[in-house]
Parts: sequence; C-alpha cells; structure tokens
Amino acid sequence: MKPILEVNQLNVYYGSIHAIKGISFHVNQGEVVSLIGANGAGKTSTLRAISGLVDSKGEISLSGQSLQTVKIYDRVKLGLAQSPEGRGVFPNLSVLENLQMGAYFRSDKSEITKDLEKCYVLFPRLKERRSQLAGTLSGGEQQMLAISRAMMARPKLLLLDEPSLGLAPMVVMQIFEIVKKLNSEGVTILLVEQNARMALKVSNRAYVLETGKIVMEGKGQDLLNDDSVRQAYLGV
Amino acid sequence: MQDFLQHFINGVSLGSIYALIALGYTMVYGILQLINFAHSDVYMIGAFSAYYGAMLLGFQNRPGIAALVILLFFAMAGCALLGFTIERLAYRPLRKAPKLNILITAIGVSLLLQYSGQVIFGADPKVFPSVLQDSVITEFLGVQLKVLDVAVLLVTFVMMLALHYLIYHTKVGRAMRAVSTNMNVASMLGVNSDRIISFTFALGSALAGVGSVLVGMKYPKIEPLMGMMIGLKAFVAAVLGGIGNIPGAVLGGLLMGLSEEMVVGYLSSTYRDALAFGILILILIFRPAGLLGRGGVEKV
Repeated sequence: MKPILEVNQLNVYYGSIHAIKGISFHVNQGEVVSLIGANGAGKTSTLRAISGLVDSKGEISLSGQSLQTVKIYDRVKLGLAQSPEGRGVFPNLSVLENLQMGAYFRSDKSEITKDLEKCYVLFPRLKERRSQLAGTLSGGEQQMLAISRAMMARPKLLLLDEPSLGLAPMVVMQIFEIVKKLNSEGVTILLVEQNARMALKVSNRAYVLETGKIVMEGKGQDLLNDDSVRQAYLGV
Repeated sequence: MQDFLQHFINGVSLGSIYALIALGYTMVYGILQLINFAHSDVYMIGAFSAYYGAMLLGFQNRPGIAALVILLFFAMAGCALLGFTIERLAYRPLRKAPKLNILITAIGVSLLLQYSGQVIFGADPKVFPSVLQDSVITEFLGVQLKVLDVAVLLVTFVMMLALHYLIYHTKVGRAMRAVSTNMNVASMLGVNSDRIISFTFALGSALAGVGSVLVGMKYPKIEPLMGMMIGLKAFVAAVLGGIGNIPGAVLGGLLMGLSEEMVVGYLSSTYRDALAFGILILILIFRPAGLLGRGGVEKV
C-alpha cells in the first residue's frame, strides 16, 4: 500500500545551521505516527517543512503528489491540515469563526454545517462557547479548538504539533484520548511530541529525532520498552 | 449652548472624514504592521480622479445626487487601483525585508506621488466639481443643519456600516482578521494572504477616496500636496484610537474632528494644526497603545 505521507532525504537549513539532516520517514493510511525527541531535535522544523512554512530540500509527497512546488495555502486543499505549535487559534475571532476558518477553502455549505455539528458532538465545550472569543478559552479548550479547526478541512493527514504543550496532566490525558478517538474514526495522524510516553502509547509507529537525524524507529510499544529510549526520553 | 452645538456638528462632520482616512492607515497597519505614508497621497489622487472623471462625463457643474455618486465612484476606483498597485509594486517585494526598509519605501512612494502629481496635474490649485448645492435644511435652537454636513454624515455612516458588515460578517472579512492576527496559520488554512493584503490596500484606499470627495465638496480647492496635513491628522487619529484597531480609528477620527472644531471655535484657528500634534505627543507619552489599543502583553 502506498503511504499517505512520504518524506525522503529532507534537509532544512536556517542560514548556516543545518537543522534537518536528510531524514526519511512515512505515514501509512490509518496510522498514528509520532516524531519524538528533545527540544531542538528538529521536530517542529520537520513539520514546518511539510506545511511549507520553511524552505527545504528533499522530497515530500502527499498521496503520491510532490508538495515541494505547492504553495502553503494550496496544501490544505490536497488534504494536509495542522494544529500548529502553540495552538495558533485566532484569539480575536469567535470559536465558530475559528472553525469556519478551518473550512475556508471549501464551498460545500451544507457539508460544512455537518462537520461543525460533528465538532460540537466531539467537543460539547466548543458548542457552549461558540460565540465567545477564542482568546478567552483555557489552554486545553484552545487545543481542542485548534484540532477541530484542522478537522474542518476534512484532511487526509492531520499534523499535530506538540498538542500537550503547557497543559495540565488531566487535560493532556483528554487530548490523547481525542487523538485515539479521531484515529479510530479513520483519521491518519502525524504527531510531534516532547511528551514521549503519551505519544508512544497512542502511536502505531514512531521515529526518534536527535539533532536533525532519525536515530531510531519502530513500533510505539517496542520503543516504550526500549532501554535507550526509556533512559533518554521517558526518564526511567 | 448654541455655539457649542454648532461646533459639535462641524466637529462630527470633520471628524467622520478623518475617520474614513484613518481607517486606511489602521487596516494596513493591522495586517502588515506598516505605516503606509503614501496613504495621504492616495487620498489626493482620489480627489483628482473624481475631478478628471467628472470632466470626462461633463459633470463639473451639475450638482445633485448623481454627481455625488459619480464622483464617489471615480475617486474610490482610482484610489483602490492605486493602493493595489502600490502594494504590488513597492511593498510586496519587501515582504521579508526589515520593517524599516518598507517604512522608508512608503515615504518614497509618498514623495513620488506628490511630485508626479505636481508634474502631471500642475502645482496650481484646481476647483473641485460642485457636488451638492449647499443650503440650510433646518434650524433648531439657532443651530444650522446644512446639506453638506448631512451629506458627509450620511455617506460616512453608510460606508462604515458597509465596512463593518464586510469585516465582521463575510468570509473575506474573517480572512482579513485572521491574516492580521497570524499570517502563517491563516496560510496553512488555505488563505492566500497576498490576495487578502491586496484587498485590504484597495479597500482602505477606496475609503480615502470617499474622504477626498467629501472634503472636495466642502472645500473645493484641490492640489497635489493637499493630502499632507489631512493625512497627518488622520494618522494621529488612528494612533489616538489605537493603531490597528478599526473601531479605534473611527473614535480617534471623531475625537480629532471635535477637538479641532472646539479649539477653532473657542480659542483661535491658529491652533488648528498644532492641536493634532499636541494630541499625538500626549497620547505617545500617556497611552502609546491608543485609547482602544491593547499593549503588547502576550499570554503564553
């Protein structure tokens, strides 16, 4: 089976700094795949390259189509949606308006309304607060909003950048429950996380990044039990 | 009391014109964090577009609603086209350059427009076509309500309602607000931010065009440097309200117009222009974010 996302020999440079050094990985249909690693390992740079926010060298393709020549704002039309690092909700737009922005490129009004209803079923809290400004939501609610907003694009691949960042442990549990639930509904997910334990628990497969290189890969469960991963990332 | 009411009406009328022009400064700042110094000269081009448009159609001397609509159309179209072109040619290539470079470019574009204006239109003032016949509609408590003041208020009011609807109730308005808070995220959601920026320039410039017709209607003398002082005052109005803040620009414009008319009415018209800069100094000392602006505190 052809993977949904295929990354081949990806390189990212910031001036003279070589941040991503020729990494290759893929995500298959229906999988949750994690990129884990410490601060500065290159996780976010990798995602930024995929979404087009930084220039990169190498091959990135979505369902077989190369993304390198596709503009940032056209990538979502090919099925790539993201909940960005730091959530990136529009604080001065209402919750509903944020969700509508997620469906910006779509013109099928009745289907958009259906998707809105789906979001509200998944996150009743967002329904209660739909006319509130997103900036007034708690961190956890903003994360739920960012994920829902990405889902409004009906993506083939959902990118989640540090969804647990800065959230209370209870809320982190909730967010990962949501990741599992979305996946069980058929959404393919690429997850970037510092919280390696939680990420590995929900992942089919994972890649470990260290200073811009993939140093290890394997099934989520296997990495959870791997001694070197346990020492370096799980603090045991 | 009677004097006060008369000054008040004059002030609101003048202030709503400042507000229209201030909106252009504030919308562009909101989206690009750029003070578009050429905006005051776009305003000037609006007056000349209306002037030549009226000449083309033979409307120089036929005051009436039709003249008003036609002049507004020419001024708005001319300004929108110019604003769009300036952004495309001068600012877009500098999108990733340091902010200072773009600011200097804006000053350059402003000078270019002023002096090309003098070459093309001539430095001599021209008489703006008559738009509406001025007369007193009604008098109450000894206060005169004139056609021109009412027309200024009505046109401004309609424009602001339309702008409000556009920004808060349409898809493109939602995208404008999204791009102005986080351009990267908006792009990832499928917004072509360059297109939204072009639209914002065209829209803000068209409002300056409306302002130019309203001013030309009241003070029918136009010349290529006419934008400088009113542009500065509108800029102060935008800063007063909180630059980047749309309701702030309207509030700032009205306050500027009111205080100017009060100073002229009760003190002396000598202080007319000094007032604007006095307000600018005070606001920068005591409330640099403006009346409705929020400071740069970021929640993490």
